[in-house]
Amino acid sequence: MRHSRRLMALGGVGLAATLALAGCGGSGFDDGPAASGGANGTDGGGLTSSDDALTIMIGSSGDAETAAVKEAVAAWSKDSGVDAEVIAATDLTQQLSQGFAGGNPPDLFYLATELLAGYADNGSVIAYGDQLENKGDFYPSLVQNFTYDDKFFCAPKDFSTLQLIINKNLWDKAGLTEADIPTDWDSLAAAAKKLTSGNTTGLVFSGEYQRVGAFMAEAGGRLVSEDGTTAVADSQENADALAYVKEHLADGTFAYAADVGAGWGGEALGKQLGAMTIEGNWITGALGDYPDVDPLVVELPAGPAGKGTLQFTNCWGMAADSPNQEAALSLVEYLTTAEQQLAFSKAFGPMPSVQSAAEQWTTDNPDLEAFLSGADYAQGVPTNDGVSDVFTDFNAQLATLKDGDPATILKSVQSNLEAIVG
Amino acid sequence: MASPVITERAPEKTPRRDHRSRGLRRGEGVAGWLFVSPVVVILGVFLFLPVLMALWVSVSDWGGRGSPLSPNVNFVGLDNYGELTSGQGLRSRDFGTALRNNAWYVFLVVPLQTALSLFLAVLVSRRMMKARGFFRTAFYFPSVTSSVAITVLWIFLFSAAGPVNALIAAVTGGKGPNWFNDPRGIVHLLFGVFGVDAAPAAISQPGFLGLSGWDWIAGPSVAMSAFIIMAVFTTSGTFMLLFIAALQNVGYELTEAGMMDGASAWQRFWRITLPQLRPTLFTVITLGLIGCWQVFDQIYTGTKGQPGKTTITPAYLSYTSAFSNQDWGIGAAIAFILFLIIIAFTLLQRWLLRERPVSKRRIRAYTPKGARS
Repeated sequence: MRHSRRLMALGGVGLAATLALAGCGGSGFDDGPAASGGANGTDGGGLTSSDDALTIMIGSSGDAETAAVKEAVAAWSKDSGVDAEVIAATDLTQQLSQGFAGGNPPDLFYLATELLAGYADNGSVIAYGDQLENKGDFYPSLVQNFTYDDKFFCAPKDFSTLQLIINKNLWDKAGLTEADIPTDWDSLAAAAKKLTSGNTTGLVFSGEYQRVGAFMAEAGGRLVSEDGTTAVADSQENADALAYVKEHLADGTFAYAADVGAGWGGEALGKQLGAMTIEGNWITGALGDYPDVDPLVVELPAGPAGKGTLQFTNCWGMAADSPNQEAALSLVEYLTTAEQQLAFSKAFGPMPSVQSAAEQWTTDNPDLEAFLSGADYAQGVPTNDGVSDVFTDFNAQLATLKDGDPATILKSVQSNLEAIVG
Repeated sequence: MASPVITERAPEKTPRRDHRSRGLRRGEGVAGWLFVSPVVVILGVFLFLPVLMALWVSVSDWGGRGSPLSPNVNFVGLDNYGELTSGQGLRSRDFGTALRNNAWYVFLVVPLQTALSLFLAVLVSRRMMKARGFFRTAFYFPSVTSSVAITVLWIFLFSAAGPVNALIAAVTGGKGPNWFNDPRGIVHLLFGVFGVDAAPAAISQPGFLGLSGWDWIAGPSVAMSAFIIMAVFTTSGTFMLLFIAALQNVGYELTEAGMMDGASAWQRFWRITLPQLRPTLFTVITLGLIGCWQVFDQIYTGTKGQPGKTTITPAYLSYTSAFSNQDWGIGAAIAFILFLIIIAFTLLQRWLLRERPVSKRRIRAYTPKGARS
């Protein structure tokens, strides 16, 4: 008895370990289309075709987005005669992983830039970009974002750049005018200083590469060279940018959102913990909760190397195991038309990824124009396999930038990047 | 199931195999297997096969697509384990950080929750106490609440301008820490009080798993400390229940005898009650160790490893390696290393809590003076 109880305990520990490991997920034993699908799906060659219905999995920002996507897909279904179902995932990354492991993934899904490399390397997603009819209409920098191993993988769904969002009331109250809108680092620091008072800090943003990186771009630095083959984090430009941020974190005119008790820049602006913030166009939805805040969106000030910012985007990933890729391709083309993207924009606010929609979008959203202007000079975040771990580590060090040494931080980022780049 | 076999066998001087396959008891073995087969099948499919599968994944280059058993998945030996334990590179350093965080968590949570639960159990078991039922329920309540709900509550309580900091401000007049965003280790903070702010040269170089000695002794970060308080708060109720059950089995006679011999309440507890609780103590510490080394849901719903990676744990790292980075082999390898760590700790505390003969020193202390040699 005693012995068997010990065995049970061992088994229990083992089971728990497995659960933790596998999330108890997936039908891992299933030798489905994964095995029969042959090749690693990145040939870019022929697409599969069948009568199967499509499944589209989205990581939705809310009911408005889910409803808009469902409506658009239903309209396409009616035209094409192919059944399609939209699933709003609760945890997209995990649900996708389960689908891929089980050989039964959704046909189309939202795919973030930092996940592309991992899925491309294990052959989960197919590169269909070159077969898109509207390929030439996408912003080139977005196409670059979704090009991995020289293959254009997937159609950018929408995008945003980071810009400066100002609380107009606090701005006026501090005696600042339109002429004071920051155009370079010095005028940004001056404005932040004037706006800092009491509980309000001049400029508040998240203490992470995904925001601080904008300053690095303005100084002319980047983490990985444009072609994605060389780590260039340990540069004088980046050091200058971090030194500038550090200086103003120390004098209290800049602050990280977490340090003032906000989850992110949008919340800090909404709660008036910060008078300015650096965010993308998703902030407009969030500010709806704070009617007292009158936001003014302007371009980020130019740094020593001119204008610079980061851009963020998602694409429509297509599964290599999908049995009906031809239909999926046609659905993507439908969803990325200028017309459809403008409809999405009206419904839940994203910025169209195609150039032909730019003019109409600017007319519809004159207040948000700065976000679109940034597309001309924005740099994408690196997409190399394993880069998200490097970001996490970089962010951990940025959290203590106020007392840290920019050179040491950049040196460690450089060595982390060198291990995965090239 | 076991007892009839023993009674049947016992009188038999020379048990022979062929005896059992004849006569009335013929076919009993088959029937036995038939009866246990549902359990064997269920355990096999849901326990042993997944464990073996995970073991295979940890030594393979499976990337998360299709079956791990398909022919294009390769055996890579101990590469995944090697990458984690080499001390070189980000992965190994992350793993070291996760182990560091979790070791501090275990080191503080297990003793605290055991002591607190025992204390609560003794309190609510007192014969004199009124409203015992109420207190038992109250102390047990956090244990039956979902850990996700409690995490959300904790994040609210410990937010920068939350109730806990308001209390600190009211009591001490000072400003409380920004709990869940403060990556500073509490041991480092303690050193800081004595003026030691940076690593002494001797322990500033990267060492075991790529972390310097200074990093290893950082202690739990302020954020992790909030989780430690939460773990003690939520689990002590469960373990209190185990201790209450054990205390009810402790005979009152010995305690009474102790009273007659003039032992104080304090002595009676340490010398009479506690030794009789040894099996329960073992259970509680074992369960505590396992639970603490596997801490995941608080991290997943709470901080996602932030701030400054001071709340990543091996279980959470295993999850992110597999699901976010598609490094399934690494994720499985972390899980198995965690498994080994838990086994090692269980064996260690089993050895520490073993029944020991009374030491000579103690025997001498209780022997009348004249009898001493």
